[in-house]
Amino acid sequence: MVPGIVDPCMVLVLTLNFHILGTPRLRSLIFVVGLHGALLGFLYPVAHQGFHAEFHGGPAALGALIRLGLLTAAIVGIKGLLIPNVMHRAVRLADIRPTLSSVIGFTPSVLLGGIGTGAAFLFASRLPLREGHEHHLLVPASLATVLAGFLVLVTRREALGQVLGYIVMENGIFVFGLLLIDAMPVLVELGVVLDLFVGVFVMIIIVNHVSRAFPEASTEHLRTLRE
Amino acid sequence: MIVWLILAPLAAAAIAMAIPSNRFRPWILPAAASVQLALVARLVPHGDPRLFNRWLAVDPLSRPFLAIVGVVFFLCSLYAPSYLRIRAERPNRVLCACLLLFLAAMNLVALAHHLGLMWVAAETMTLVTIPSIYFNHNPRSLEAAWKTLVLGSVGIAMALLGSFFLAYAMLEGGSASTLLIDELVERPHTLSLPWLRAAFVLLVVGYGTKMGLAPMHTWKPDAYGEAPGMAGALLAGGMTSCAFLCVLRFVHIARIADDADYASRILLFFGLLSMATAAVYMAKQKDIKRCLAYSSVEHMGMLVFGLGIGGGAVAGALLHVIHNAVCKTGMFLAAGNIHRAYGSKSTDAVRGVLRRLPASGGLLLVGFFAITGSPLFGPFVSESMIVGGAFASGQLAAGLAFLALMLIVFLGMGNTLIHCALGPEPESANATRFRDRIPMVAPVAICMLLTFALGIHTPEFLRDWIDGAVAFLASGPAVP
Repeated sequence: MVPGIVDPCMVLVLTLNFHILGTPRLRSLIFVVGLHGALLGFLYPVAHQGFHAEFHGGPAALGALIRLGLLTAAIVGIKGLLIPNVMHRAVRLADIRPTLSSVIGFTPSVLLGGIGTGAAFLFASRLPLREGHEHHLLVPASLATVLAGFLVLVTRREALGQVLGYIVMENGIFVFGLLLIDAMPVLVELGVVLDLFVGVFVMIIIVNHVSRAFPEASTEHLRTLRE
Repeated sequence: MIVWLILAPLAAAAIAMAIPSNRFRPWILPAAASVQLALVARLVPHGDPRLFNRWLAVDPLSRPFLAIVGVVFFLCSLYAPSYLRIRAERPNRVLCACLLLFLAAMNLVALAHHLGLMWVAAETMTLVTIPSIYFNHNPRSLEAAWKTLVLGSVGIAMALLGSFFLAYAMLEGGSASTLLIDELVERPHTLSLPWLRAAFVLLVVGYGTKMGLAPMHTWKPDAYGEAPGMAGALLAGGMTSCAFLCVLRFVHIARIADDADYASRILLFFGLLSMATAAVYMAKQKDIKRCLAYSSVEHMGMLVFGLGIGGGAVAGALLHVIHNAVCKTGMFLAAGNIHRAYGSKSTDAVRGVLRRLPASGGLLLVGFFAITGSPLFGPFVSESMIVGGAFASGQLAAGLAFLALMLIVFLGMGNTLIHCALGPEPESANATRFRDRIPMVAPVAICMLLTFALGIHTPEFLRDWIDGAVAFLASGPAVP
């Protein structure tokens, strides 16, 4: 782990969280969520425990380097490029309104995000962390990002806003996963990222259907099924 | 090789995508289900050495679940061609392929011994059910599909975080972090307790969402209500059972890490809350399929309640997975027939089912008595074991609450289903020409016969499987 690089990146992740919570502009939100994902993708090789040990030459080291490079490219490609592209396309094709609305308003969202971030730091400071992890921002940043994503998911009225909240939640979980790089084999890491992509893709297909059935792809219309 | 349990349905899904005829394509389902059943019969009783660095294995826990998945899918596949024939107006290419992918994903959940792989399989299970729920392509099914997708994804995200917490529990405890279940089980005392507990809550919430435990159950009545009966049967009999297996895996880890009491408290809470929620919403339920969905919430509650009680109730819970899956499959298929015949699922329109659809209506009533714990049927045996376990372990209040909630559910469910079965047919009942037909009634009859047979006698092999699973839950990794 390289704390000198990781912690400033976590500060950037937390800053982006506030932007995500506060912006009503859909295109800007998609761009920032993509940036969020790409940043985490670039952090992946940095957080790799074997980064220094494995890459001292030889065919095995080269193999490890190629594997790590491919996985980084896959994560950045899917989270940072593919998902934002698919979403921009959906906005264009389904003619979705370019601004989002929030059940609680955007300023209260940011305020709640701030409280959540504070709570995440407090909670993380009380958790028993492994030696070397106590002074990282990875755990509090992870929990704060999961909370921010959850807040976006439950407060945005538009289906696409909720999808973006889900992606931010997943990004928060990904941050925690950076502590466990050794436990996550490449195959599983790829499976998780691909599942995220397929999940988002299916959600966007449904969003398209929602936008065709109801104006502005708002989930306010999806309230027929209740007791 | 057990890997064929995953590869065979995948190959069948590819074939389903390639078959051009909407009429002949559904026949791939019974063909694939027959292969699946043969593979289960051949591979599961003997187990299989752990494969791919212990990522996959048939162990005593996975054995009954593979059998459940095989049987439930087979029965639904017998129903599918006739159902899809009368729904010829809807293309079924994606549906058939997704049902086969669903089978592969359920098998992978049952075989997975790596938390990451299990998570990927569980997430895949959710994604491939969406086309089934949205099969009718109307606003109601769209709403159900959206809710299932969003709630399911949030739940599974919690499960991923819980899996990471579990791996971190090992790291913090001084060992190398791992997501391999066998390694977690081999070194339970190196797990950090605070992380283990946080992980357990997240995992129960995450996979509990898939099971449909209250309060994460809200997707269930919508999805089961709007999906075709066949898809509801697969969700209620297959997916929820596989999600319960995931919970079982973590209960196993918690038990051998000497944290069984904490796990029990959590499970009892979710169990009783689910049963109470089902009892409340079934009281004046006017939609047959939603009524069955709440019954599924109730029975998922019973399963985790049994696990939480411990002792003899664990064997009851494991046996109840089988009984519930078989009986609920039959009930959903029968409800699907009724929906076809009346063009409605509402008790306002559905009356006199015993006159209009004597076989489906009669079998649905048999299912009602069976699932609510009437004597002579399988669920009575397993529910008795659960409640007996509660009394035997001195948890009288929990046992009495269990019985009281069962009684309330019996009254609520009976009110809905008996109201539909009896009385004269309303005038609107002539709206469709659908009547009982052998291919769509036979699978229901088989389900009810199995439910009855399991109530009279539990076969020796099943008893051995349950005993093996109970012993496995109390121990470290066993040789299959």
